[in-house]
Amino acid sequence: MRLEPITNPSLARNILPPFLAIAITVSVASLLAMLAGANPFAVLGLILKGAAGSKFAMLETLNRATPLIFTGLAVAVAFRARLWNIGAEAQLYAGALATVVFGTGMLHWPAMALLPTLAVAALLAGALVLLIPALLKVRFGVDEVVTTLLLNFIFLLFVSMLLEGPLKDPMGMGWPKSERLIAAARLPRIVEGLRLHWGFTLALLAAAVVWLIDQRTTLGYEMRAVGLNRAAARFAGIPVNAVLIKTALLSGGLAALAGFSEVAGVKGSLTLDLSPGFGYTGIIVAMLALLNPLGVVAAALFVAGIFVGADSMSRAVGVPTYLADIMLATALLLMVLAILLTRFRVVRE
Amino acid sequence: MDFLDVLLSASFWAATIRIASPLIFATLGELICERAGVLNLGIEGIMVAGAFAGWMAVYSGLGLWPGVAVAMMVGMGFGLIQSLLTVPFGLSQHVVGLGVTLLATSATYYAYRLALPEVTSPPKIVPFRPWEVPVLSDIPLIGPALFAQTPLTYLAFLLVGVVSLVLYRTPLGLALRAAGENPAAVAAQGLSVTGLRMGAVIVGSGLMAVGGAFLTMSAFDSFFFEMVNGRGWICIALVVFGAWKPGKALLGAVLFAAFDALQIRVQQTALGSDIPYQIFLMTPYVLSILALIVMSRRAEVPAALMVAFNKGER
Repeated sequence: MRLEPITNPSLARNILPPFLAIAITVSVASLLAMLAGANPFAVLGLILKGAAGSKFAMLETLNRATPLIFTGLAVAVAFRARLWNIGAEAQLYAGALATVVFGTGMLHWPAMALLPTLAVAALLAGALVLLIPALLKVRFGVDEVVTTLLLNFIFLLFVSMLLEGPLKDPMGMGWPKSERLIAAARLPRIVEGLRLHWGFTLALLAAAVVWLIDQRTTLGYEMRAVGLNRAAARFAGIPVNAVLIKTALLSGGLAALAGFSEVAGVKGSLTLDLSPGFGYTGIIVAMLALLNPLGVVAAALFVAGIFVGADSMSRAVGVPTYLADIMLATALLLMVLAILLTRFRVVRE
Repeated sequence: MDFLDVLLSASFWAATIRIASPLIFATLGELICERAGVLNLGIEGIMVAGAFAGWMAVYSGLGLWPGVAVAMMVGMGFGLIQSLLTVPFGLSQHVVGLGVTLLATSATYYAYRLALPEVTSPPKIVPFRPWEVPVLSDIPLIGPALFAQTPLTYLAFLLVGVVSLVLYRTPLGLALRAAGENPAAVAAQGLSVTGLRMGAVIVGSGLMAVGGAFLTMSAFDSFFFEMVNGRGWICIALVVFGAWKPGKALLGAVLFAAFDALQIRVQQTALGSDIPYQIFLMTPYVLSILALIVMSRRAEVPAALMVAFNKGER
């Protein structure tokens, strides 16, 4: 078989493959639910209800989407320039670390001054963590996929070391946990009484900023050019290495904001279970959004909905929550295939 | 315990070879994929799936060798998904690989929860026992390391020779390497690049799964979450370290395992107790990155690695 580009795809060509991808994903999930001895319609219904069936459910989904918007943006920015940042998890923890280092009493400032400072500190910490693999890539040609992946493990152990050492909360009953943030370092709720904090607004703002950078600045243009064809970009006089470094700083900083937002908006302190893989899930979010910054917001809501819905479904009927991860992995693989099939025709020989 | 005492103890060398074994399987698997031109980031998840499938098969009553076969077949199944999407459809090898890792890992955890819903500590199986080669295993120092291991370890070392032989001494190996260097030339010879690459990814994924199965069926006797713990990613680093050559990759795996065995032993000394244990746990990952930096200067990357091949396209 061979792939042939389609010059002017029909409407069906554009709609059918993604629709089939979703249909197959849902069928796979139903089959797995049946394997677990549950009624697939009940399971799917419970996931939907758990994700968006009530005000509480919707707020929970928005809450869960917040870190995913940040990590999704981080991945989208990097992947667009074909910088394979698989280390958003480490950068997230770097941001969380910076937040607790400066936010637990070192700086006694009013919230208006402290919160932006913490956010910037987190951003810088995350940027620094991705700067290492980016420099190794441009200086020595070391593949960033492996280095960013391995840095996730290294950085988590580093955080664990700090939480059992200098950052350990003396009142923590022996748990590896940081001290709590001071009141001025906590992100307030958007509406009093509702469990949604300003981190969500910050995430939307970040998406808008990334979109503006992408659409309206030279850097955005250069990043896309570097991603599309590195050799051609270099030939056109674009400083490819400098662009890759800038991309890395932006990407690392965005992922770190997820850590800041989770610590300052949700948890209030740093523990080793701060992120259930938000950094890795960011990759799925970014891919489902076709690396579009505004699409990331929608994809993050979708992915968060699946996770929140599956949690609530699992509590009700006992089907393991890993069903959500399987659904997302299947959706990811089928969706990249579906997008390809909207633009190419498979020709048999 | 003195540093020299560690190096002169038979248990250290035996541990080194044991730690190296799963890495050898998975590194060979990844090497075959990459030599044919496909980066297989599914490795981490495929190792998890293999670890579970082999163990589960034995736990459900199958023999140990049939268990290894089951693990291998599960690995090949994920390899089929990986290769189908990246070879004929030419989709991003990074994205598909990470997707396959997520799919394999979550499917494994789902299956584990379904199969054993109410367990707090995972049940045990009777794993492979060491085969002691008479006389040879009595050689001081290296005897126990080389001649008193489990059969899977012998198989791992044997495979290094087999893969080397196939890659460098057979027409199939030549075609495979050419598919990773210059696929257009392979197609011009009337050979199927798609077939070669898919075959390599499927077989390679099978080996990765056996590497995972080594953990549950030879090194330990039960399956637990986070058991593979980044070993797959380390194997990708080992392929680079070994300059895409089986012999050098073996050397890298053994060297790496020796450091790992060493850090476990230093941790237990007086010096080790003053250093946070996380520093020791970090060393394998740090070493992998250092190895990549050192080797990247003279890496001989397969020219068509990560380059999709679409026949008729120029």
